Order: sequence, then C-alpha cells, then structure tokens
Amino acid sequence: MPKIIRKISLTKDTDKIIVEAPLIAAKAQAGQFVILVIDETAERFPLTLAGWDKDSGTITLIFQKVGQSTKRLGALNVGDSIEHILGPLGHPTEIKNYGSVVCIGGGVGIAEILPVSKALKDAGNVVMGILGARTKDLLILESEMKEVCNELFVATDDGSYGTKGLVTDILKGLIEATEKSTHTIYPGLVYAIGPVPMMKAVSQLTKDYNIKTIVSLNPIMVDATGMCASCRCSVDGKTAYACVDGPDFDGHSIDFDELSQRLKIFKCQESKHNEK
Amino acid sequence: MRNKVRQQEIKKRVTNFFEVALGFTKEQALKEASRCLQCKNPACVKGCPVEIDIPSFIKLIKEGKTDEALKKIKEKNYLPAVCGRVCPQENQCEAACILKNKKIPINIGALERFASESPIDTYGVSKMGQAVNEKKVAVVGSGPAGLTCAADLAKMGYQVTIFESLHVAGGVLMYGIPEFRLPKKIVQDEIENIKKLGVEIKTDVLIGRTFTVKDLFENRFKAIFIASGAGLPQFLGIPGENLGRVYSANEFLTRINLMKAYKFPEYETPINIGERVAVVGGGNVAVDCARVALRLGRKVMLVYRRTENEMPARQEEKENAKEEGIEFKILTQPVKVIGDEFGFVKGLECIKMELGAADESGRRRPVPVKDSNFILDVDTLIVAIGQNPNPLLSKTTPELRVNPDGTVWTDKNQMTSIGGVFAGGDIATGAATVISAMGAGKKAAQAINKYLTLGSDPKQL
Repeated sequence: MPKIIRKISLTKDTDKIIVEAPLIAAKAQAGQFVILVIDETAERFPLTLAGWDKDSGTITLIFQKVGQSTKRLGALNVGDSIEHILGPLGHPTEIKNYGSVVCIGGGVGIAEILPVSKALKDAGNVVMGILGARTKDLLILESEMKEVCNELFVATDDGSYGTKGLVTDILKGLIEATEKSTHTIYPGLVYAIGPVPMMKAVSQLTKDYNIKTIVSLNPIMVDATGMCASCRCSVDGKTAYACVDGPDFDGHSIDFDELSQRLKIFKCQESKHNEK
Repeated sequence: MRNKVRQQEIKKRVTNFFEVALGFTKEQALKEASRCLQCKNPACVKGCPVEIDIPSFIKLIKEGKTDEALKKIKEKNYLPAVCGRVCPQENQCEAACILKNKKIPINIGALERFASESPIDTYGVSKMGQAVNEKKVAVVGSGPAGLTCAADLAKMGYQVTIFESLHVAGGVLMYGIPEFRLPKKIVQDEIENIKKLGVEIKTDVLIGRTFTVKDLFENRFKAIFIASGAGLPQFLGIPGENLGRVYSANEFLTRINLMKAYKFPEYETPINIGERVAVVGGGNVAVDCARVALRLGRKVMLVYRRTENEMPARQEEKENAKEEGIEFKILTQPVKVIGDEFGFVKGLECIKMELGAADESGRRRPVPVKDSNFILDVDTLIVAIGQNPNPLLSKTTPELRVNPDGTVWTDKNQMTSIGGVFAGGDIATGAATVISAMGAGKKAAQAINKYLTLGSDPKQL
C-alpha cells in the first residue's frame, strides 16, 4: 500500500504529502492526475500531481482540506498508508516552445501549475507566473514558483499581499504591457488552473486578445478511466470526458457554467451528511 | 414439473439489497436433478458457451455428491456461483434441453448454483496451481473473460498476472451487476478460488497509462490477453443530457454496486436521485438500474422505444421488475431533458413511437408518431442504452487495430494486430453476456497456449 513518507502543512487548510508510488512516479508527466481511495468506505477522488521523483519512487500531492475525502486524507500522518492510488491518468499537458507563456494558478491550483510551469520552462519558454489567493496566509509555493518563472506576480483578494484584486487584472496589464513593449514577447499560451470562475474569467479575457488558452478541469470523477461519464463536460458543444479526453482543454471552448453546475450535483447530499 | 427457486418476498425485497433468488433447497435440487433424462447425446452441453458436462454434474447431484458435481462443473467453468445466477440459461443450455419441447426444461441454472454452494471446494488448491514453466502471461482486466482466461492458463502451468484498473477485481461482476442479483461476497469468493490456482491480481494498474503494452513485453510477459470490456457509456445525444441527476447506467451502478452509495453516509460515495426516476433502455442493465432505484425508495419507470417483446432483458428479470412495481413506458422515445434553474432534471420530453417494418436485427423498427410529444414528470434520468468497448487501451496503443465499431480487431485465433497480444470478451465483440465473455476467455487461453508452445516471439512493437 502506498505509504505517506512526508507531510508538510502549507497553510491552515492545505497539506502537502509525499507518497511512495514508484509505478506512478516512473510514468508521471506534467498535467496528469491520480485517483485515490483512502480505505474501504472512502470515495474514489482525483488529485492532480504536484510533483514526482522517479529516483525515490515518490509522488507529491497538495490538497485543500475542504471536502469529506480531502479532510480524511489530511487526517493521515507520516507512516500511514492510502489503500489505493491509480495513475498517472489523463493526457499529459502538451509541452512545447511557444516563445512566451503565462502560467496562472489560483488557490490550491498553484500546486498544479508548478510542474506545468517547470516543464514549459524546460522546453525553452519565457515563463511569466501569476498566482492568486484569497489572502496572504493562503498563498502557497511562492518561492518554488519564483525559482521557475522569469517573472512572478501575486494577487490577493484582500490586498494583504501582492496586488489587490484578481489574477485577470494582472494578466490584462501584462498583455497590454507586452503589446506596447519592443523587447518582450507576446504570450503564445496562457495556462490556467484554479477555481472555475477564475479559469472562466481568464479564458474570456484571452479570447479578446486571441491568445491560445489551456485550462485544466477538475470535475467529479468515479472510475476516471472513461467508464462512468461523471466528469463529462461540453467542449465546443460536444461532450468530452475530462478523465480520458482531458483534463487539459481549450479554455475558449469549455462551457464553464455547465462545469460549475455539475460540480454542485452532490453538494446537498454531502452538506446534509456534514450537518449530522 | 419444473422446480422453481425460492425468492425473497416481493414486499420485503423492494426495501433491501439482499439477493432476490434464494436458490434450491437440497430436496428441490434432488427432485430437479432426478428429472434429467441423462441424454446420450446431450444438446444442453452444446448450448453452453463453455461446454459444461451438464448431465454428469446433474447426475452427481442426484447421487448426493454435490462436491463432485462442483468439481465436474469447474473442469470447464471457474465461476459457477456467478453463472448459476446471471447466465441467460433460457437462451442457452435450457433452450436446448430436450424437455423444453414439453415446456419443462431442467432448471440447470439453479442446479449449477446449488452445486456451487458445496462447502467442499478443494479444487483450487490442487497441485495444478503450481506454475510448471517460466512463461509469464499478462491479462488486462479482471472481468469474466480475464478471470476465465487467467484460470485456464494457470492450470496449464503459466505464470499469470491480471492487471485491473479499479481498486477491486471482478470487473462488471463488481461494478455492474447489483448485489440483489449477484452478491459481491460470492464474486470475491470465486476470485479467491482463482487466486488459489496461482493467478496473481494487481489492482490499481491501468494498462495504457501505468504500464504500456510495450512495458509488459519488456517485463518478460510472453503474451498478453486484453479483456478490458465494454465500459464506455452511450448517451441518447439529446439536449439536456449533461444536467444534474442525469446518469449513465455505468455511473449509477458503479456508485451503488462498487462504491456502495446505497449505504451512504457509512460509505462516503454519494448518489443524488430525486423522487421519480426514468430509466431509458430495455436490456438487463436498464432493468438492473430500475430495480436499484426502486430499492432506494423511488418511483421508477422504464422508458423503452419498442414494446416489451423486443426488450432484450431476460424474461425473469422483466417479470421481477414488474412484480416489484416498476412501470413500463413502452413505445416511448426521449427527445429532450428539461432542466430547472439550478441545472437539475425536472422533466423528460418524449415522443410516442409505433412499430414499423423489421430492421436488420429482425426486430420491428420503432418510428415516431407525428406530433405526439409529451412530458414525463421525472426528476432523475438514467441512460442505459448500451456500452461501447473501452477505448483507452487502443487510444494509448496506436499499433492496436480497431474496428469501425470500436471493438479491437482480432484474427480467427483471437490475436490482435500486435503479435502475442490477444483480445476477447466485450472489448472484441461489443457488449454481450458474462458467459460469452467466459467462452472467449477459454478460447483465448487455448490460442495463447498454442502460440507459446509453438515458440514464436511476439512481433517487435
């Protein structure tokens, strides 16, 4: 069984764990995810890979303890095991040289943007990073992202750190500055991972500027191998399965409102349970 | 007279997930076994996709040697407790029974199940389970085709490893067929027996992602059997299908059967269904979904575009469903799912159908009746109109040739376009029955044995 060998608390509700999973570590690529089953009575739930080390045979998972399953995962300690981990799943992010890219991570999505940013940097891109958090205390992985990115910007909702406002405010400024500039390259790609409203706002903005935009979706999944269709989403009006066709999709083609609605399907069951 | 199995009382069974059919008592089994005419040239055996020696095992039951009867069945079939419950015997062995002419065929299914309950099952621990050669074979998928192929190969002395992507083995027997038709404990007991033959099962491995076909050959597997099933759900392709509380049959059944959502919150996987459930489809899967929803205390209707006669579900299951109170809405085709302001189903717009001329399947084709649209007052929709072969392995293995209908191409020996890679069951034929998948698994084991004894090496990938 995959054992937790390190655990670090990143914020009051965000944990980082390093787990023994040599088969997954050997195959993992940026943008892929795993499915976890903590024990007999637990759900199957997906988490994007925040990192991996082929040599030590470990994977890194970063998660916010908000739902039943993530809370239970957070309750495990070093030495404890997770009964089942399946992966790596999903198509890896398409990594190539776009010249210049903007990588945007919001909330716990920052954990997922880190390996993508690294891979895009290694492919020769100039990488500009934008991180968004509600408040300073919830911001994670800033120094790790600083190491990877040529330039890094931070926005907080309450202005307690970086710019007060949204990641889209920074993105807009960045695009307009590059448009006017003679020495910076106009972004060939914007990659965004975070809450649905953030990915929607980023995609709307970049559509106006006609910049290719990839978003990584986080819908509800059960088997995550293309069998249950719980993760279905509309891409250019056609149904796709995030687990096997994604999780990366063209941000300009996704029906974000439908995605938001589908994320709420089980909310009432879960909240009823939590009230008990 | 043909002896019928006892069933759980209707009023009671619609409120629980315990098994509906209770099997034969010893007296019933002996009585039924005595009716067998012990034909010299038994047609029933030819009707069985895995050619169980039916008259012999029935004779052993009659003589009171139930454990011997089980051994006899296991010469051909490793999953008798499963087949005794879910095989469509009425179209197979029992359809071929000579007493069928008098409308009293032997209840072979119930006798098989009776034998499977024999407490003495030492068959699996025999010396046959010891690997006698070094050759390793990989099996992809632990459903009926994979389990059967693995068991046969292990008996021949191969070192067999089954790779399963889900966290438990059993495939459709675990995620698909509900507890009240096939208790999961029984599936797991049968799998344990197969493990005793020396078969290793690795769960949480997705071939195509965790390992590729190439990786398997590099890891010294000499042959591979793909039995990944038909798990890709079909949808109706009508507006509103992505609304909340619209489920594929697979999602609904997986949440309930595999993840035990019917025991929420003790089990943490939720299911959100309203008060009035429409299940679209007419096969066994549709009937299963309807009966599950009923047991969750909902009002359920089965929406089917032809009439009850054309429904492919087993007669027994249709009768069970009707007895339990499921409404059959026949000659009805959904055209649109209507949603409320929160994105959940609040109605199903349908059109009336009538039967026209016969189509290529021999069934009369349903045609819409003009201007007959109406709205069914439902708040949950389960789409159970069929499954296509799992595309994941073929997508991640470009060398694997796929037919236009999504099935994996094989030659007459079940070998795919990659040398040393075989395929069988639903992945190669499209969605069918447990027993036909088992038949394919048996045939593949023979083909793989032949291939490995002839000493040919797999083609380079």
